[in-house]
Amino acid sequence: MSAPSVTGGLPAHLVDFVGALRRAGIAVGPGESVDAAAVIAELDLLRREQVREGLAAAMLRRSGQRAVFDALFDLWFPLGQGAALGEVALPYAEDGSVDVEALRDLLAGLLRDGDTAAMAELARAIVDGLGAVGRGQGQGGQGQGQGGGGGDRGDGGGGRPSTWSAYQALNAVRPETLLARVLADLRGGPDAAWDSPFAEEVSRREVRERIAAFRRMVTDETRRRGAEIRGREAAARTGVPKEGDRVDFLTANSEQLADLRRRVAPLARHLASRLAARRRRARRGPIDLRRTLRRSMSTGGVPMRPAFRRPRPGRPELVLFCDVSGSVAGFSHFTMMLVQALREQFSRIRIFCFVDGCVEVTDLFGPNADLGGVMAEITARPGLIAFDGHSDYGSALGRFREGWPDVVGPRTSLLLLGDARTNYRDPNLTVLTDLAEHARHVHWLNPEPQAQWGTGDSAARRYGEVVPMHECRTAAQLAGVVSGLLPV
Amino acid sequence: MSTEPVGEKAQKALFDSVDDVVTRLADVGYLASTAVATTVFLADRLGKPLLVEGPAGVGKTELARAVADATGAGLVRLQCYEGIDEARALYEWNHAKQLLRITASQGESWDDTRDDVFSEEFLLPRPLLTAIRREEPTVLLVDETDKADVEVEGLLLEVLGDFQVTVPEWGTITANQRPFTLLTSNATRELSEALKRRCLFLHLDFPDPELERRIVLARVPQLPEALAEELVRIVGVLRGIQLRKAPSVSETIDWGRTLLALGLDTLDDETVRATLGVVLKHQADAQRAVAELRLN
Repeated sequence: MSAPSVTGGLPAHLVDFVGALRRAGIAVGPGESVDAAAVIAELDLLRREQVREGLAAAMLRRSGQRAVFDALFDLWFPLGQGAALGEVALPYAEDGSVDVEALRDLLAGLLRDGDTAAMAELARAIVDGLGAVGRGQGQGGQGQGQGGGGGDRGDGGGGRPSTWSAYQALNAVRPETLLARVLADLRGGPDAAWDSPFAEEVSRREVRERIAAFRRMVTDETRRRGAEIRGREAAARTGVPKEGDRVDFLTANSEQLADLRRRVAPLARHLASRLAARRRRARRGPIDLRRTLRRSMSTGGVPMRPAFRRPRPGRPELVLFCDVSGSVAGFSHFTMMLVQALREQFSRIRIFCFVDGCVEVTDLFGPNADLGGVMAEITARPGLIAFDGHSDYGSALGRFREGWPDVVGPRTSLLLLGDARTNYRDPNLTVLTDLAEHARHVHWLNPEPQAQWGTGDSAARRYGEVVPMHECRTAAQLAGVVSGLLPV
Repeated sequence: MSTEPVGEKAQKALFDSVDDVVTRLADVGYLASTAVATTVFLADRLGKPLLVEGPAGVGKTELARAVADATGAGLVRLQCYEGIDEARALYEWNHAKQLLRITASQGESWDDTRDDVFSEEFLLPRPLLTAIRREEPTVLLVDETDKADVEVEGLLLEVLGDFQVTVPEWGTITANQRPFTLLTSNATRELSEALKRRCLFLHLDFPDPELERRIVLARVPQLPEALAEELVRIVGVLRGIQLRKAPSVSETIDWGRTLLALGLDTLDDETVRATLGVVLKHQADAQRAVAELRLN
C-alpha cells in the first residue's frame, strides 16, 4: 500500500505525526487527519497549547489516549530547539561547575510556592546543565539508553552530548530529599509545630505531588532533547508511555499498577452494561402457556399474542484460584478487584490465593473493603507459604483439593490465575483434570505472552491441554476474556 | 407545508477567536480552560458536534448552557435515558388529535383529510426536530448520550452528520442553520466509532488548582479568597487518594456554599470532619480519607 506522497510543509509534518500516533496504537483514520488539517487552518499556530488541544479534539476518541498523544505532540511540535532556556538559570559556583546546594535551595523555594511555570523552566535548565551524558566526545560517543546513568558529568563544556539522562540530572538534585525541608518552610521554621496532623498531611501530600510533577517535567525534557539527537522516531519508540489498558501486567511499575487499579470500577461498569445489553437481546425462551392463555381472555379465548418465557439468567458460583507470588501478584490483584466489582453477576464468589501453600481470602473482599492495600494482608496470611516461598502449582492445587474438597461443584466456574511457572516441580495434572471434570467451566488466565508459554519452567502448555488457557497480558485483553466468560 | 431544503449558506460563526470564547463564556460565569475554549471555538468553526466526556460534576451540561447564554442562542435539550426512542427524540404524530379530526370531517374528500391530518398542527416535534427547524441560533444539547440504546445512535448519526431529518409524509427537512451541538457522556458505555468520528472529542477533567479557585470564587462570590484556596488545596489532595468517587468541581462549590451557610470562615480539623460528607458521598470514601489524612 503506498499513500500519495506529500512533500514538505505542514501537511507532510501532520501526516508524519499521524503515522507516529498509529504506531503508538491510536487509530487515527484519514477522516481524522483531514479534521486535524482543518483545525490547524483555523487556529493560530503560535499558540501551542491551543494547537495541542485542537489536534487532540480532532484525533482522539478516548480519554485514555491523552498521555500518549501529549508525549508524541511534544516530540513532533517541540517547544523549541536546543536548550530553549527561560529566565530561571542554574546557579554556578566560582569554578564553573553547577552549585548543587544553591540549586536545591532554588528548587525548594519553587516547590514551596508551587510555581509550576518556574519549575518547568528550572527543569529545562537542569537537564541542560546536569543531564548531558558524554559531552565533549563528539558525535562518536555511543548512545546510552535513558536512565543509563554514569558517563562524565557535563561540566566540561563544548562538544555535543551523545545523549541526555533524566536519571543523572535527577540524581544530582535529588528532589525527593527536599520534602522535609519544604514542609519545614511551609510550617514557618524548623521549630514551629503544625496546627494539626491533618494540616501536616495535606501539605505533605501536596508537596509530594509537586515533586512528582517536577520529576515528570525533567523526564519529558530529556525525551525532547534526546529526540534532537536520536531522531524523534527513535524517541517515540522508547520513551512514550503506553495507553493504560495496553500496559503489560508483568512489566508494569507501581505507578502504572495504581493507575490500573483506578480503572477497575469504570471497567466493571462497562462490562456490566455490556452484559445487560446482551441479556436484553438474548433469545426468547419457549412459549409460556399460562400467560398466553390469560392474555387470550381479552380476545375471546383466541391466543392472538403468544407470551414467551424469558430464559432465566444463570448466576453461577465463581471460584478464583490466584497465584500471588512475585510479578504475577499485580495481575492477580487487578483481576480479583475486577471480579469483586462484578460480584452482582455471580451468586457467590470465593477467592483462594496460593504460592506453594493455599489459603482462602474471600473474607478480605467484603462489599466495603479497601482493596488497594489488600495484597499486604493476603501475603501476611499464614498457610500461604508452605515450604520455601517459590510458587509451586502442583502442591498448591493438591492442597486446594484436599483442604476444600466441596468448593468446586457442578454449578461452579473456576478461574485459575497465574503464569504456570512451577519452578520445575510436578505440575500435578491429575488434580487439575479432576477439578475440570467436577466444575462447570474451568478457565486459565495467563498474564504471559503466548510465545513464552511452555518455555523454561512454564507448564502452561501442559496445563493448556487440560483446561482452556487465555492470554491476559493487558487490562484490555483481560476485559475481553472476562466479558466472554460472564454468564448471559 | 413548505419544506424546501435550504442550501449550504455561509454559516455565521458564533465566536471570533479562542480568546473571544474565553471572555464571552467568562461573562456568563463559565471559566473555560484552554482545552474547553479551543474545542468550543473549533466545533463552531468546523460545524461539527462536540462530544464531551468526563466524570460527573465537572460542568459538561453547564458548558452547553454557558455557550447558549454567551451567544444569545436558544438551548434545546435532549435528555437521553435507557429506552428512549424516535418518538421521544425526533417527532411524533398526535394520534388522538388526528382521529378526532377524521371523525369531525364528515363529508370531506379523502385527499383533503389526508393532507390535513399530516400537517403541522398534528405534529409533535421533539428536541432533535425542534433544533433543526429553528430559525434562530440554537444550541442543541444531547445529554448523557451513553444512557441511550445503541439504536438511538443510528438516529443521531443521520441528524448530526447532515443536520437533516426525514419525515416520510413531508420529505427531508434540512437545517436552516447548523445548531451548535454538544453531546455529553459519562462513559458508562463506549459510544460507537461511527458516532465518535462525526464529533470533536473533549475530555473534560478536573481543572487545575488556579482555575478551580477562580471557579469557586465566581460561583460563591461571598467566600473569602483564602478559604477558597484552602478548599481547593484539600480537594486536590482528596483527589490524590484512591477513592470510589473523586470529588468534582460541583462538590468543591457545594463545600464552599456549606461553609458559608454555616458561617465558618476557617477550615480547621473540626470543620473538615463535620462537613466532609458534602464532598465524599460514599461512607467508605469518607472513612478512608479520615484515616489517610489523620483526621481522627
